[in-house]
Parts: sequence; C-alpha cells; structure tokens
Amino acid sequence: MRVGMLCSRIRVEEKLLINEFERRNVQFERIDDDQTWFDLNALQANRQVREQFPDVIIERSLHHGRALYTLKTLNDAGIPTVNNYAVALTCGDKFLTTQALLRNGVPSPRCLLAYTQESALEAIESLGYPVVLKPVIGSWGRLVSKINDREAAEAVLEHRDTLGNYQHAIFYIQEYVNKPGGRDIRAFVVGDECIAAIYRTSGHWITNTARGGEASNCPITPGLADICIGAANAVGGGVVAIDVFETAEGRYLVNEVNYTMEFRNSISTTGVNIPERIVDYVLAQVQ
Amino acid sequence: MSAQCPECEGTIALAADILDGEIVPCPDCGAELEVVSLNPVVLELAPEVEEDWGE
Repeated sequence: MRVGMLCSRIRVEEKLLINEFERRNVQFERIDDDQTWFDLNALQANRQVREQFPDVIIERSLHHGRALYTLKTLNDAGIPTVNNYAVALTCGDKFLTTQALLRNGVPSPRCLLAYTQESALEAIESLGYPVVLKPVIGSWGRLVSKINDREAAEAVLEHRDTLGNYQHAIFYIQEYVNKPGGRDIRAFVVGDECIAAIYRTSGHWITNTARGGEASNCPITPGLADICIGAANAVGGGVVAIDVFETAEGRYLVNEVNYTMEFRNSISTTGVNIPERIVDYVLAQVQ
Repeated sequence: MSAQCPECEGTIALAADILDGEIVPCPDCGAELEVVSLNPVVLELAPEVEEDWGE
C-alpha cells in the first residue's frame, strides 16, 4: 500500500503523522503543494496516470484553496482522500457548515446572512448586541469580530466592504454565546467515534489555542459525543475537529467543524494518541 | 546538527530527524523558520500567513 500526504509545510502535526506511517512501514510519499501540478485531462482519461498516485492520500495542506482543488481532482479520478472534497468544501466555508448542521438538526448558534452594509446592520440589530461577524472562509480566528454596539457594527461592516475580496462583503453574522468559565470545547472525531476532547480556556473571547487559549482535558460525555458525531456526519464524516460551545443552560452548540485539524496541544492533554488514530483511519480506507 | 538563523544569526540546534519543509522556531529571536535544504541544512524565514491558511 502507498500512502500520500498533501502538505505545504511540515508542522508538528505532519511530522507526527509521518513518523506514525513510518513506524508501520507504510510506503509513504509527500505531495508538496508548492511543487506539484496535475494533468487534469490525463487523470480523467488514463488509468495508468491514476495508478501513479498513492492508494490513499491524507490532506494536510495549509491552503484551503489548494486543498479543495486537489481533493476534487483526486476524488474525480477515483483516488480516495482523507478528508474528501465534499467534506473540505463544507467545512472550509462557515455558511456551508451552518447549512449542513441546520439541515441535519445539529444544534448550533443562531446565524444570519446579509450582502450589504445596510441589510447586515438591520440583521445585527434584529439579533441584538453583541454579535460575532466572521468571514465565511478563514481560520485561526482571523478577522473574526465581536461587535458590541451600533457604532462598532457600522465601522466593521464598512471595513469589510472595502477589503477587496468579494467574500468579505458576504456578511455571516452569528449570535454571541457567552462561554461559562471563558472556555469552549474542541472535540476530535475519527470515523464514527469521538476520540478525545479538550477545553480551551482564555481570558479573551477568542479561545483558539493558536491565539493563546490554554488546553486541558475535557471528559467525553455521551451528550458531547452525540453532538460531535452528529456534526461530523452532517459535514460528511472522516477526520474532523468540532468546536463546541456550552451554554449557561448546559446545552451544547456546534460552532465550527475543521477538516485539517491541528492536535499538537491535545495529545498529552488527553492521553489519546491522535496521530495513531488518524493513521488507523487512513489505512482502513484502502484495506 | 545545527544551523544559523537568517534573522539574528543565532545558532539553532536541530534534531537528527529534521525534515525538509519542517518549521523550527529560533530560540534566540523567536523567528519562525522553514528548513529549505537538508544537505547542507539551510533555514529561511517561513512565509507569512496567507488568507486561506488554516485548519
């Protein structure tokens, strides 16, 4: 069996995965998205060209755009990937994620959508302050804004409208969920199992560990496992990380689903060998 | 094994199993560096975060 990894840079996560593939003596190759190119016609028409690719490819690119197009190219040629194109497409866009969660009855914060500054302001005021405005595509909390009043709303909406990329003028507005104890949950789902979860605690309302949130172990209750597996299934399954809010009333709400998850802060915290579980899943796709 | 930081010229100790493309922080100046060559080991400042980077 040959396993490939689509990647941009070798971060801690990629290195842990590579070490795990090597430990199992799996024939492994890197596909560097800076250097690779695809003959789209040949991949569709020529079986020999397809067979030059590994039996399964794990996607670990830093670039959402490159990941998306590569996964589409590979999947259309019949090459299995973890995750697949449909999952990456849904998880890479917060609007599409919300739609998938809503259509599948997975509890999530209330969201509004608008396309102009005026209609977005009207939408925000219908929800009441504070609200959270997010780019539909983006990660690590970039340009995610908590808006506390009308003046801030007017300023942020104007800035967004002039950023250049049309996607910044698609206003995705989310209800602000007050996090008890200043924490939220990041849970890891592999296949049909929630394998681990951490609390992310921060004095800042953005709790991403990439932004300084502190990780600690979160026990997986049946309720947490259910909502996380439900969210994973809603976006198409695979290997995903679910961001979950707890409400003051003790309910869970799924905030986001990530398809190229980072887990470096969660292995020693949870005691779960996350790269081992991911590699198990990848190998099972072709065995 | 060691290499020189292109930002502060400090010496960075590297693991024996370092990989091409790996990211290493400089302990002296904190710059994020990318391994662009293994033989000899060459480090360059890692690219800035781009708009579609993430999880």
